[in-house]
Amino acid sequence: MTDATANPEGPILSADGVPLKRSLSRALRRQKLRALALIAPLLIFVILTFIAPIADMLFRSVENSIVPETIPATAAALGEWDETSGQAPGEPVFRALYEDLKVAVEEKTHTRLGSRLNYEMTGASSLFRKTGRRVDRMDESAPLKEQFLDIDKGWGDIEFWQGVKRFSGDYTAGYFLGAADLKDGPDGIESKPESQQIYMLLFQRTLILSVTITVACLLVGYPIAFLLATLPLRTSNMLLILVLLPFWTSLLVRTSAWKVLLQQQGVINDILVYIGLVADNARLELINNATGTIIAMTHILLPFMILPLFSVMKTIPITYVRAAKSLGATDWTAFWRVYFPQSVPGIGAGAILCFILSIGYYITPELVGGTTGTFISNRIAYHISSSLNWGLAAALGCILLAVVLVLYWLYDRIVGIDNVKLG
Amino acid sequence: MALPTYASTGQTVWYYAFRVICGLIFFFLIFPILTIIPLSFNALPYFTFTPEMLRLDPAGYSLEHYKDFFNNPDWQGALWNSVRIAPVATLLSVAFGTLAAIGLSQSHVPFRGAIMAILISPMIVPLIISAAGMYFFYSRIGLQGTYWGVVLAHAALGIPFVIITVTATMVGFDKSLTRASANLGANPVRTFFKVQMPLILPGVISGGLFAFITSFDEVVVVIFVGSAGQKTLPWQMFTGLREQISPTILAVATILVVISICLLTVVELLRRRSERLRGMSPG
Repeated sequence: MTDATANPEGPILSADGVPLKRSLSRALRRQKLRALALIAPLLIFVILTFIAPIADMLFRSVENSIVPETIPATAAALGEWDETSGQAPGEPVFRALYEDLKVAVEEKTHTRLGSRLNYEMTGASSLFRKTGRRVDRMDESAPLKEQFLDIDKGWGDIEFWQGVKRFSGDYTAGYFLGAADLKDGPDGIESKPESQQIYMLLFQRTLILSVTITVACLLVGYPIAFLLATLPLRTSNMLLILVLLPFWTSLLVRTSAWKVLLQQQGVINDILVYIGLVADNARLELINNATGTIIAMTHILLPFMILPLFSVMKTIPITYVRAAKSLGATDWTAFWRVYFPQSVPGIGAGAILCFILSIGYYITPELVGGTTGTFISNRIAYHISSSLNWGLAAALGCILLAVVLVLYWLYDRIVGIDNVKLG
Repeated sequence: MALPTYASTGQTVWYYAFRVICGLIFFFLIFPILTIIPLSFNALPYFTFTPEMLRLDPAGYSLEHYKDFFNNPDWQGALWNSVRIAPVATLLSVAFGTLAAIGLSQSHVPFRGAIMAILISPMIVPLIISAAGMYFFYSRIGLQGTYWGVVLAHAALGIPFVIITVTATMVGFDKSLTRASANLGANPVRTFFKVQMPLILPGVISGGLFAFITSFDEVVVVIFVGSAGQKTLPWQMFTGLREQISPTILAVATILVVISICLLTVVELLRRRSERLRGMSPG
């Protein structure tokens, strides 16, 4: 304060004569920059290796450049065609199509375009293949529309052309509509025929199974966490190892264990038959269905429920329960009115964590789920590696990601990401 | 809570019933892992206990499946790939992650929440989505199907674990120690290696072990980002389980269980040590 008394008018100065305020803010800025410099390499690394791929997936779910890139002239010519006129496009469109196809056939891109349009309009793939084989035999000087119609009547279909016009932009909502069992038909957005509605069913099943697994984890995990939290520390540390061992064991090991145990000729059925609970000719089907998924996933996710529950319950003083009992509460009332409400944060943390993990699970449902126990993630994998409909895979992924991010945000609000504990 | 002497019959019954229920749940947790160990020594290629095994007849047991694991080129190649990928990915996550965790535990970090959310996200985003995104993006930039593609992907997945464990250790770190070191004339690098690093080492090692197990165990991302040349042990197990399930898988599983027991022991010892150092443990 000597500086202030020496110079009552001016600001407080630090030892080197700079105003204290500026000197402090400079120090703070330097500190911030140093922290950022330490974080920057990792941030850049994660953005490049992880965030960019996710962004790429978001982009792919709406990207549609294949149509305007493969048949640019046709897309432009279609702009002048009135799709409400009730008539197929005229000669200029077909001439443009002819020119585009000549190039596309040479580069062999017309089949890719065909399969892209086939997602929206069945039959487009074979139409493009068939025409692609004959396009070099067409007579350029004669009217082209008739020649196209000679190859396939499909070229005169107004609905087909309306579809091509709808999907000739650079971006499309088609994949998202497909992921929601909808399609962008000639009369606007409509739902797909009943027999093709699979994604809503899958999303529904994913949600139902995930909720079941989360509830099962809670029911099974709560007593364990309670026991661990109320036992003396030495004993609970020993027992905690029984929880941590599955947590550290390879996921594939646990899944293969269940695959082996749950088989019809497996250990569990053998024991049930031996005890006499089940007849030898009526062995239970425990695997390759939803039951298998629920059992195996409950086992796999159980540590993720027990550990957050345990860390919350550890902080609840057991004396509160004793106090409640000494005031005349029964065991149940003391637990339900005093202990349980205090353990709710743990339940929230554990349940959200289990739900987030289970909703996006791929490996276990794939191996033990059969056809009725698979999740939306299995469908995403199928579209990436088998059907090659990457756009649809990306759209399904985006929807799943959105659900998970909302839950993540909730988790952050309730628990805080900083408070995530491992082991 | 011990049972008080004045407990009624109902309370006593419930007390023991609760213990039995808990015992059953512990059994549920542990028995699938323990069952596969004896099954892996089955002399016959079955997945259940044969009468010979139940009689504890030595003829019912053999090391057949282990021999297959060590002689089969598919399994050996997969093991070699796992050993080649996981340590490098771990090294990357630990190096970047520790630096960033130190940065994050400074007192003034701008946009701390947002940065933390981005760094933790690889743990939260479902693996299938990470795998899909990486597959699309890495094939654009030519990393798909390469060794480095898999290593980078696995490093990204391991980072949240390093961040979480190291920031947790940094909470108990006394910052005046770095100031004291600077006061005694050490430059920041020397301070880091001589003062800070030895103290946060348990956290760094357990973060590294988490990152290692993440990569060593990971199968979804490697299936999409890798090609046949990067087939890891879990991938080989996955194919085995999906196509022709052979008892060799049980032998591999047993070996992996032994490895996880070792890792768990190391992590537990480290945790106890650091708790003891901070005076948080009962001893």
